[in-house]
Amino acid sequence: MSRFRIVLAVAVAAMVAFSTGAFAKSIKIGLASEPTSIDPHFHNLSPNNALARHIFDRLVHTDSNQKLVPGLAESWKAVDDTTWEFKLRKGVKWHDGSPFTADDVVFTFGRAVSVPNSPSGFGTYIKGKTAVKVDDFTVHIKTAKPYPLMPNDISTFSIVSKKYGATAKTEDYNSGKAAIGTGPFKFKEYVPGDRFVFVRNEDYWGKKPEWDTVTLKPIKSPPSRVAAMLAGDVDMIAQVPTIDIERLKKEPKLSLSQGVSNRVIYLHLDHQRDNSPFVKAKDGGDIKNPLKDVRVRRAISKAINRDAIVDRVMEGIAIKAGQLLPEGFFGVSPNLKPVAYDPEGAKKLLAEAGVPDGFKLTIHGPNDRYINDAKIVEAIAQMLTRIGIKTEVVTMPRSVYFKRASRGGPDKTPEFSFILVGWGAGSGEASSPLKSLIHTYDKSRGFGASNRGRYSNSQVDKLIEDALATVDDAKRQDLLAKATEIAIGDVAIIPLHYQVNTWATRKGLKYRARTDEATVAMDVVSE
Amino acid sequence: MTAFAIRRLMQSAIVVLVMSVIVFFGVNIVGDPVDMLINPEADQEDIEIAIRALGLDKPIGEQYLFFLKNAFSGNLGKSFIFGEPALQLILQRMPATMELALAALFMAIVLGIPLGLYAGLRPHSPFSRITMATSILGFSLPTFWVGLMMIMVFAVMLGWLPSTGRGDEATFLGVTSSLFTMNGLSHMVMPALNLALLKISLVIRLTRAGTREAVLQDYIKFARAKGLRQSRIIFVHLLKNILIPVITVLGLEFGGLIAFSVVTETIFAWPGMGKLLIDSIQQLDRPVIVAYLIIIVLIFVVLNLIVDIMYSVLDPRVRLGDRKA
Repeated sequence: MSRFRIVLAVAVAAMVAFSTGAFAKSIKIGLASEPTSIDPHFHNLSPNNALARHIFDRLVHTDSNQKLVPGLAESWKAVDDTTWEFKLRKGVKWHDGSPFTADDVVFTFGRAVSVPNSPSGFGTYIKGKTAVKVDDFTVHIKTAKPYPLMPNDISTFSIVSKKYGATAKTEDYNSGKAAIGTGPFKFKEYVPGDRFVFVRNEDYWGKKPEWDTVTLKPIKSPPSRVAAMLAGDVDMIAQVPTIDIERLKKEPKLSLSQGVSNRVIYLHLDHQRDNSPFVKAKDGGDIKNPLKDVRVRRAISKAINRDAIVDRVMEGIAIKAGQLLPEGFFGVSPNLKPVAYDPEGAKKLLAEAGVPDGFKLTIHGPNDRYINDAKIVEAIAQMLTRIGIKTEVVTMPRSVYFKRASRGGPDKTPEFSFILVGWGAGSGEASSPLKSLIHTYDKSRGFGASNRGRYSNSQVDKLIEDALATVDDAKRQDLLAKATEIAIGDVAIIPLHYQVNTWATRKGLKYRARTDEATVAMDVVSE
Repeated sequence: MTAFAIRRLMQSAIVVLVMSVIVFFGVNIVGDPVDMLINPEADQEDIEIAIRALGLDKPIGEQYLFFLKNAFSGNLGKSFIFGEPALQLILQRMPATMELALAALFMAIVLGIPLGLYAGLRPHSPFSRITMATSILGFSLPTFWVGLMMIMVFAVMLGWLPSTGRGDEATFLGVTSSLFTMNGLSHMVMPALNLALLKISLVIRLTRAGTREAVLQDYIKFARAKGLRQSRIIFVHLLKNILIPVITVLGLEFGGLIAFSVVTETIFAWPGMGKLLIDSIQQLDRPVIVAYLIIIVLIFVVLNLIVDIMYSVLDPRVRLGDRKA
């Protein structure tokens, strides 16, 4: 009898162990935003792109630090000034078993820019490039001018199967019919608004993920997401609110994974107008825009206590910034450090610039876009008021804010004088912010699209353009760093901090925090 | 009665039309969806392509006429975000919201009416006093707070119920719903109760007030004098008379449950229409907002009609056909 009991106890213990984790290899992830489609080319937006990584591969992949690594292409090189050669991986199979070849790649170049009803596609990365099949496993991509960012651009969009894609509409991807990729997971189920379910692709060419089944559940409301994590209904959540981090740290059942992102939070100032609409003299009268004076811009930068913002507003979950991208990214300058807090120095600079008593300023910012955005704006207003620049705060939802900040003024010019914005370098290197934020606004050539301060410096423009035409990595790195140094020295923008993202997992799991802020099951690993 | 229904429907058509003008122009003044849709790395040319693709480069009057023309053929426009017809998106999410609203309505009736009746018949008993005090809380506590507290207590601390989401579905008599599985019901308890809390309180108070008024009426006294059983007096004579205001209110509130379960659905990540609406507002998915509000107006119109018809069933003195509406 007693022996029977022991056997029973062992059996029960084994069953418990079996059911509570040792072999249970499915994972449920609570997402902060909802992907809108399984079709990888429907909408070029972060949640959709992160989702697509599960089912589809790209020619070039990016690791969790946005370093380029081989994907469906085993290697790539520039064969001449205007041609890049991609050698494709052999033996890769689509989820239906058919082989992957160069035809699929050439087909993808056509499809990714021509999806009907697509709110915004991959044209940004594909236009000006022609894909030519050389043989079944070699593709040449040609451009009119030398183009060093080819592998970066190529890493942004998923390769789809020609066999399914040729006739498929977006609905066919959503229903799963055409959701045939080469990726680490296969499509299983999509319930709009509720969940995405994937199962592991046992024939995957690369490292197979740990999880048999992945369920992605969008839970947009932050407190509910945290509650779902605490209740154990999900194994991981993205975007833990900074206010809950201290509390979750104490929770024995959970662990947190954090990593710096490619997103810099910065201030843009009006460099262009002589009469800036939200800059006034102390008495409310008109004043010649003092923000055009580099000494005033420096004073503002010095008046900002970045440590206080990081510690108090961001609860320690951010890294103070001195340039456009954090250390370790391609093209950052080793010489730039965050500007130190120096209110006395700031006042001196204001005096030198001829506005010793300061002036009136309104700072505009979004209140639902970046982590703690409205609170940051309020903190900055207080700091500037302390050195005499009497600053008012106006925040608004991003749906209203970005239009006005980009083109709300007369003739579609930026409406505001002094704004808080963030920039995530999608390409993972410095040309992305330089090209969009710092280069002179030039509609016809597609430069400075987000240069809402209209900063313009021909020397910097030249460096950026040279960099964008230099295929040699070492030379390009120098040009980008040089351009950054001049622009930051000129206070083209005032960098505040780099965002740090936090994921929570149940104990025993870890998330390889991605700099691109994406949440993907392949980067969740057991410790 | 048919004439009455037709007249009502024609009036409703005008209401819907006026509504569409207000909503369409109102929604189109606010912000710019292009900034929500486009990848930040896009250059000026891509942004203009996106603006043209959405038809936002046209004057707003022209956009409205285009919308109206399509609307008459049942096409309320395509979602900017999903690229699918707005109507289809809404209908897709309607069952989830409907089952939540029905569950909440059910709770409001089975809890609210008996409690209100009891409190009306025995106004001085301690239980009645507690009920009435609690119903004030039901009115005054904000839905989002109660929802989060429920999650904290029942999901996080006690672990009895799942915190968020909708459970498994099953099909019964041709209807697919998560009401037919245990898992589905366990997911539904909290959001439904959260949604129902205010309605339960409302029904309790209405029923109690009606009961207290009715017990003093002559017909109840007469019934007592006649020696009818207490249960017959309450459930036939009294209840039938106090139900009219309760039904009116519940009918209208049911519309509210369907249309504005936004907060509850957001907190419980319930994949219903309310969540779709709030997401669409945040992302400025204008076609969905417009289509949603038009559908809601239609729902209210139909519910009002049903309420009117139920009056005539409950109270034979109401003759719908005779009324000049």
